[in-house]
Amino acid sequence: MNIEINGAPILFTLPWFGGINITATLVNSWVIVAVLIGLCYWLTRGLKVRDVSKKQLVAEFLVETIQNFVDTNMGKKFSHYGPFIAAIFSLSACSSLISLIGQWAPTADLSTELGWALLVFGLITATKIRTGGLGGYALGFTKPIAVLTPFNIISELATPISMAFRHFGNIVSGGVINTLIYASLALASHGILNLLFGWLPGAAGEVVRSIPFLQVGIPAVLSVYFDLFSSFMQAFIFCMLTMLYIASAAEE
Amino acid sequence: MLEKAIVLAGCAVGAGLALIAGIGPGIGEGYAVGKACEAIGRQPECKGDVTQTMLLGCAIAETTGIYGFVTGLLLLFVGPIYLGGFLG
Repeated sequence: MNIEINGAPILFTLPWFGGINITATLVNSWVIVAVLIGLCYWLTRGLKVRDVSKKQLVAEFLVETIQNFVDTNMGKKFSHYGPFIAAIFSLSACSSLISLIGQWAPTADLSTELGWALLVFGLITATKIRTGGLGGYALGFTKPIAVLTPFNIISELATPISMAFRHFGNIVSGGVINTLIYASLALASHGILNLLFGWLPGAAGEVVRSIPFLQVGIPAVLSVYFDLFSSFMQAFIFCMLTMLYIASAAEE
Repeated sequence: MLEKAIVLAGCAVGAGLALIAGIGPGIGEGYAVGKACEAIGRQPECKGDVTQTMLLGCAIAETTGIYGFVTGLLLLFVGPIYLGGFLG
């Protein structure tokens, strides 16, 4: 029995600059972005004020939910962050959920989350500088006392790293546990069938003993937690942290 | 040969030790969820807010465990390759 836990598979290599590897992460991310843009385009065609269609009701519900979510957590002052939070949430959730249809999840690759986290880190820093000015931003590191400056800098740099690793670690640990359980279920069903049908001779016995019957059903239940629940959970937490960090950056 | 075996054994033992980091978040998150249950029991009307805050706190408490997990992954999958090439 061999268990394989791999990184992103390389689909093809571009010949420039000594070979640029195009991984499944990149391709799937672009597919998700294209699908989301297509969905937005389709949902917002033919909007009316009176006798609205079901499509428009869905679109209005989504926009209102996200807008309320942002308004309650960041305050009215930041309601223009709604589209950004909605984009990150849908991208993150769809990137994790794509593993349900057997595709490589882009969020199981640290590069994806690190990109988002660096974007958020840039926004936090920009908000801080806009609130207190460049001098105020630099002086903010010496609070409450000047001795703590190195620790403040470390904790500032830890923000994007912890955000990226949290999302990445949750998705990858789900995948690793799923793989391990899948392999151990195959082993267990093989052992049970050997015990029950060990007396069957010839090729028929081989076939009967090789059915991994325990793999039916049980991985699906785990997948509901690790793929479905965890995907939405991590997308929600990433957005929540983004909002809290940006809102607190403007409060000084 | 012996050097490689020592490196591989060190990586495996280190990965196991790194996952001890899972104990802390387990205790911490359990404590947070218990307190949240108490709060909901006392004031059932603010269930939504309490749940949201609890999930966020759990996510932050989880960070150290995730660091341990990533260290374990690095030791298992990256360490042997890198150190194996280093030793030749």
